[in-house]
Amino acid sequence: MTVAPAAGAHSSAPAPATPVIDRRRARKRAAWRRRGTVLLFMSPWLAGFTIFFGYPLVMSAYLSFTHYDLLNPPRWVGLANYRYLLGTDAQVWPAIRNTLWLIAFMVPLQVMFAFGVAVMLTRAKRGVGFFRTVFYLPALIPPVAATLGFVYLLNPATGPINTLLGKIGITGPLWFNDPTWAKPSLVLLSLWGIGNTMIIFLAAVLDVPQHLYESAELDGAGAMQRLRWVTLPIISPVILFALVLAVIQGLQYFTQAYVAATVAGGSASQAGSQSNLEIGYPEGSTLFYPVLLYYQGFRFFNMGYASAMAMLLLVVAFAATLLILRNSKRWVHYQGAAR
Amino acid sequence: MSVADAGIETAPIVRRRLPPAVRRRRMLVAIADHSLIIATAIIFLLPVVFIFLTSLMTNQQALSPKLWPDPFQWGNYREVFTSAPLWRWALNSFIYSSLATIGLLVSSVPVAYALARLRWRGREAAFLVVLVALMLPPQVTVVPLYVMWAKLHLVGTLWPLILPNWLGDAFAIFLLRQFFLTIPEEYLDAARVDGCGEFRILTTVVLRLAKPAIAAVALFSVLYTWNDFFLPLLYVGENPDNWVTSIGLAQFRGLHQVQWNLTMAATLLVMLPVIVLFFVAQKAFVEGITLTGVKG
Repeated sequence: MTVAPAAGAHSSAPAPATPVIDRRRARKRAAWRRRGTVLLFMSPWLAGFTIFFGYPLVMSAYLSFTHYDLLNPPRWVGLANYRYLLGTDAQVWPAIRNTLWLIAFMVPLQVMFAFGVAVMLTRAKRGVGFFRTVFYLPALIPPVAATLGFVYLLNPATGPINTLLGKIGITGPLWFNDPTWAKPSLVLLSLWGIGNTMIIFLAAVLDVPQHLYESAELDGAGAMQRLRWVTLPIISPVILFALVLAVIQGLQYFTQAYVAATVAGGSASQAGSQSNLEIGYPEGSTLFYPVLLYYQGFRFFNMGYASAMAMLLLVVAFAATLLILRNSKRWVHYQGAAR
Repeated sequence: MSVADAGIETAPIVRRRLPPAVRRRRMLVAIADHSLIIATAIIFLLPVVFIFLTSLMTNQQALSPKLWPDPFQWGNYREVFTSAPLWRWALNSFIYSSLATIGLLVSSVPVAYALARLRWRGREAAFLVVLVALMLPPQVTVVPLYVMWAKLHLVGTLWPLILPNWLGDAFAIFLLRQFFLTIPEEYLDAARVDGCGEFRILTTVVLRLAKPAIAAVALFSVLYTWNDFFLPLLYVGENPDNWVTSIGLAQFRGLHQVQWNLTMAATLLVMLPVIVLFFVAQKAFVEGITLTGVKG
């Protein structure tokens, strides 16, 4: 706050005594009123942060050292949850591996594809609005609906995609029903929904100053070279932003994996027994870390253990963000960085 | 397709007639560009086309490799409504969406204003906290929150989904702050000189100028709540009376064995409001997304 009562009082020292005190008091009152305004404006967030972030974060840390099933009071078990998490639990490492797979393949593919589509749009002369809408819209479609659609499209025996592939003589894979193809199927689904990233890239690419392209062209740079040496460096902060966002979303990846596994798995075991659904169908290939956390916490009600999993996720999410941001200095180019 | 040169190239200061070889090359590049974009667009449209076609098939046909419905069974769209409480789910989604969005706007606007336009010690730190909250995976806090709502006997109702929005949403605060920062100080100072308090300035000057940002935040919120799956699964998953569309749709095939034709009809119906919303408010959407890309 920019309140400086001492300086103010000093400068007005020669004036008669009473107005000084009055003025000082008025100034103080104004300062308090300003503080009150700030407090009032910030109050929803203060309350919201305390109740929905601060409290559960502390509570999560506490619960991670307990055994808790929601019915009986939490029982302190020390590091047992963490020991089980990092040592004994046979499902954790596959889940972590699957999640890392997402971050290693899905995230870069998404970012590259979004960039490619954005560049494609800048090169089109006609119907840009139409194409932009077509590429953007899938991003809005509810993930559950999109996933259901893809499970049907990629249905191994009768799905349209394998039918089309069959017509050109290719035997399509089993997609969501094959452990090696389940994750690539999810990648296809995610590439369909790159609209948001694409729009951000598009705005960034269109913002690149034209004179840079002109001088590059004068220097004899071809289209590819201009893309590599002008467009990419200029929009690198935006790419970084998209990358961070995609990694964070990769760490939280749940809905598509859960729906695909339950729906594809449900249609495989058609006999109707919904109860013995396999987690991460098929063969644990879509068992991602958040999916496992959900099952542990809210299906098996191992809430202490789920809290320990949440704590590990928190550490990893922070580490990943920091890592990307730290390494970014090497390749991100901020315009007018001298500022 | 125009014969003009491809993409990013710009008009040189003096337009000379280019040699025929160069013109031919540029035309080929333009054709390649447009073929590529058209092919990609077709691939993007294909899923929706197939979903639509399947939704008009008989159940038997949906399970066969045939791609074109024969006959067109428009009655599927009637049958969907009788076979599942689609309206009930839509109503629940609507309640969740509207109450959450109203609360989110009412609570986030003043916070964003305080972070963007009031000067106070700790403001930057507070904004950093908002960013951290934005980055935090929801799974990190979900266990204690579930316990909290369970103790309040609200698991199974829509309240655990709605109420948090009434205490500020990190994304909305972030987006609105970014926009409020772009409002010229002169407007606010003029109002201050006229003797307006900060609250008056916010409700008159700022809100009027920030309409596009507020529209974008409202749109994102409606979209997010309509599409939300993880939290509804936790809180209303066990109570079919309060299922929202995303939950109902995910359970749809469980309810109806392999009725792929009906499932695809329901899928399309769940997509429809979002698509309509986009076409109604296209400009606000694109502006809003671009706003998120702006560095803070």
